[in-house]
Formats: sequence, C-alpha cells, structure tokens
Amino acid sequence: MTEILSIKDRTAVVGIGQTAFGKGLPDSELSLACQAISAAIDDAGLSPREVDGLAMFSMEDGREVDVARNVGLGDITFFSQVGFGGGAGCGVIGHAAMAVATGQCEVAVAWRARKRAAKSSRPWAQVADRLSGHHQWSRPFGLLRPVDEIAILTRRAMHEYGYTRDHLANVALAFRKHAARNPNATMGHKPLTREQYMDARWISEPLCLFDNCLETDGALAVVITSAPRARDLRRPPVFVHAFAQSIPQQHQVMTNYFGDDPLLGPSWACAKLLWEHSDIQPADVPVAQLYDAFSPLVPLSLEGYGFCERGEGGAFTEGGNLEWPNGRLPTNTSGGGMSEAYVHGFNLVLEGVRQCRGTSTAQVDQAESCLVTSGEGVPTSAVLFRR
Amino acid sequence: MSSEPPPVESTWLLPDLDDEIAAPFWAGTARGELLVQTCASCGQRRMPPRPMCPVCRSLEHTWVPMSGRATIWSYAVPHPPLLPAYAELAPYNVIVVSLEEDPSIRFVGNLVAHADGPINEIDPATIEIGEPVHVAFTPVDDVTLPRWIRD
Repeated sequence: MTEILSIKDRTAVVGIGQTAFGKGLPDSELSLACQAISAAIDDAGLSPREVDGLAMFSMEDGREVDVARNVGLGDITFFSQVGFGGGAGCGVIGHAAMAVATGQCEVAVAWRARKRAAKSSRPWAQVADRLSGHHQWSRPFGLLRPVDEIAILTRRAMHEYGYTRDHLANVALAFRKHAARNPNATMGHKPLTREQYMDARWISEPLCLFDNCLETDGALAVVITSAPRARDLRRPPVFVHAFAQSIPQQHQVMTNYFGDDPLLGPSWACAKLLWEHSDIQPADVPVAQLYDAFSPLVPLSLEGYGFCERGEGGAFTEGGNLEWPNGRLPTNTSGGGMSEAYVHGFNLVLEGVRQCRGTSTAQVDQAESCLVTSGEGVPTSAVLFRR
Repeated sequence: MSSEPPPVESTWLLPDLDDEIAAPFWAGTARGELLVQTCASCGQRRMPPRPMCPVCRSLEHTWVPMSGRATIWSYAVPHPPLLPAYAELAPYNVIVVSLEEDPSIRFVGNLVAHADGPINEIDPATIEIGEPVHVAFTPVDDVTLPRWIRD
C-alpha cells in the first residue's frame, strides 16, 4: 500500500488582500488582480520575489504571466487554473496548498478579480449566433440566466423538500444583518425587512430580487505558504485543514436536471471527501461561509455538507440559525455574495480566514475552524480552515 | 467565433442545426418526432446526447422515438431583464418534464395551450408539478422546438 500524502495542516494562509468593492470601477480585471495580490503579499510581510506559485480562475481576463510581470514576482514554478466560475474559489486555495505541501512552490498566491461588465464574467450575456453544446437544451425555451436555471431547482426543492419563501428570506435577511457590521459590505447601509423581501419584484419565480447575489467589481487574494514558515510570519497562520473538489457523476453544469436525482448537487460528493480528510466534523464547525449566488444554494449546501439531513435545509434556516452571534451556525458573516460583494465567492474565502484570525466584524467566539464552500450547481470545491 | 453572418434573422436563441451530436434530434422534431439518443450496445438512453455511452462506453447509438407523454418535473417563470425577444413575452413559463418511458430523461420546454401559441398564454399560477403533458412541435425560423400541452 502506498502511503497517502495528506495536505492536512501542512500549509496556511498567511496574507489576505482586497481592493474596494464597487460598480463600474475604472481599473481592468488585471489591474484589480495585481492590487489585491500586492496587498496580500504586504499583509503577509513577504516580498513579491518570494512568490513562486499561482492559482487562478480560468474565467478571468488577466493571465499568470501578466500578473507576475506587474507585481514583480519571482520565478514561478507552479501555476494552475480552476474552471467553472463560482465553483473555483476553494479550488484555487486547494491547488495552491497542494503545490506548497508537495514542494512544487514555497509561496503561492490565489486570487479572483472580477468586473461585472467583463465579457468573461457574464458568458450568458454573450449572444452567439447559434447555440451548440448543453445550452441548446435550455436557452431556446427562455431559460436564459443563471437565476432561471436555479429557479427550476428551487421550485423542485419547494415541492420535494418543503422549502418556502420564508426560508429563503431567512437566508437573505441573516446575511444583510451581518453586512450591517462590515464597513466594506456594499449593502451594509441598506437594512432589509421580511416585508421588503416578500414585496420585491420577481426575477425568476420563485426567486425575487433579494434571492440574487450582488453584481460587484473588485478583487481579493490570499498568500499560502508552508506551516513551518507560516509560524514565523507576522499574521496568525490559518491552516488549510481539509480540501475537496467535485464533479459528481453525470453532472450537468447549472442545468443539472438530467440525472437520476438532480437535488443531490455537487456539494454532496465534495463533502464526502472533505470530511474524510478532516479531523473536524460538521457538528464541531462553529461558523461557515456558504456560496450564495442565489439564496436556495444555502439550504442545499447545508444539506450537502452535513449540517442537517437531506431535505431539512429549509427548516435549518428557521429560528435565526444562520445569524451571528447566537445562531447554531452563523453563516456568511461578512454579508456574503448577497450583501457584502459578489466576487465569484472569493470574498467568502477571505471571511473564512478572518474568522480563524479572530478579525471578522461578526466574530464568532473562539472560532477554531471555518468551512468555506464554492458554487453549488457547478463543479465545486470546499476548504476547511482552522486556527 | 465564426466570421460568417447568422444564417437567418432571429431574435430567439436557437440551436445550431449543424451540431454533429444533436443534429439528428432537431431533424426529428422537424418531422414531428421526439427522439432520444439510445445506446445501440446496451440500450441506455441519454439526454443530453453525447458521443459515448457512460454505461458501456460504446460509440454506437440510435435515435428512438418516444411517445411524447411526460409529467411536469419543475418550472420557473422568468421576468425581465431578459433578451428582447423573451422580455416581450415575460412573464412566461419554462417547464422541465420527465418522460413517461423513462422519468430520468428530462427536457426543458414551455407549457402552451396550442402548438403555435405563445409561451406566455398559460397562467403560471395554474401550473403544477406532476401534471401530465404531451409534446407538440412549433416551428421557429428554421428550427422546430418541442413544446408541451396539457393532456
């Protein structure tokens, strides 16, 4: 038997950086990426020349060579890309951690820069003359946007599981409350009531305006290095305890209606490996950052990652369970994609790091660990950070 | 991206009829048949179509006509902002149906009252998961789209 080389706790996040969030920022995605990476390297107290590994989203305009030439990085000996948009956030963290743990590089940077107007950010808004591939089975019938694709799954979850609009409102309202504490949250100054939620205009029934994430320009980056080196740096290390990705059997990106059991989304297979590799199990996780491009992805992820039984994700949101400070699982404590910023879920990664550093604006007491997940509904990834 | 102009003027998003995998399906709808790609070796049905059977890895396949009988598996009702051709009709329904022969074979479509009716003619509040429906065929430009009518 070959011994399995585990990456458990062998690497740590030692630096985080971000740009301002906004709409219509003048800088390019490449410029935003370089600014966030530069800030993360400074936060770690390292020199750009010490960076020798890169992990990025494939859905981005900038490229590794441009980032390296702008920020003045050293010789790069590892670089990788993760596809499928919002599924990639924890993927790039995991790739960077694996590369450091296996000696392919010593200091890796992972990032996401996104402009809402960038072509690469909104593939569904690019009208091809004719459709080929999987879109030909949905778009001719008016299932045009990601929100329409998720609305189909939401209606089915309402039918099969008993999800309600009140459950989805619980998600939206909890995250908006957390945003009110976060000065960087773009919706921090806009309280949201249940009445406003229920009266909001439809985007794609059964999903209304407040079931959708924000559209944000901005960039965020993290620096990862080995655990021994991390202990000598200026910030408290946040260890990459466990990591997983998944493309479940017979998965179809977004329009995952064609398998035997479409409500068993990508998080189920991802969670199975994640918890197998983790000493910490769901019952012991005190805080989570769950991918929230659309509110129903949160109860679906609560089920997939084992915080409740299948079908009980809606009910889990009741009684303030997602709310800081007293909920059973304070979730998206920076406001998340729905109320802080939507940078393809990468702001969730940084909030996971802040919880384990003890610097969140909705800090869970003694947060020994934090789960961060990426897009449910696409090939996905998850990471468990620990102090 | 092709530098050639689109073959027809259309504001609808329509399939590329030259797509080598899917062309037989769209040829079928033009003849009034709902075809499902079926493995010639082991009989596994697959939707969306693809080159290889995920059960036995055979590349050989046939296209088998279905009865066109199905039930509604789920639905959504899009509202603007949408592309102009769809925004004009919004709110409209989009349904997903499960075929009677094989409920794991599903199609996205629209529930209409008549084969040539608009996709917004059914009151969405009346749509129910589990409702029995049957296929109808609607020409749009040079494509024939499958649509669904209540039994």
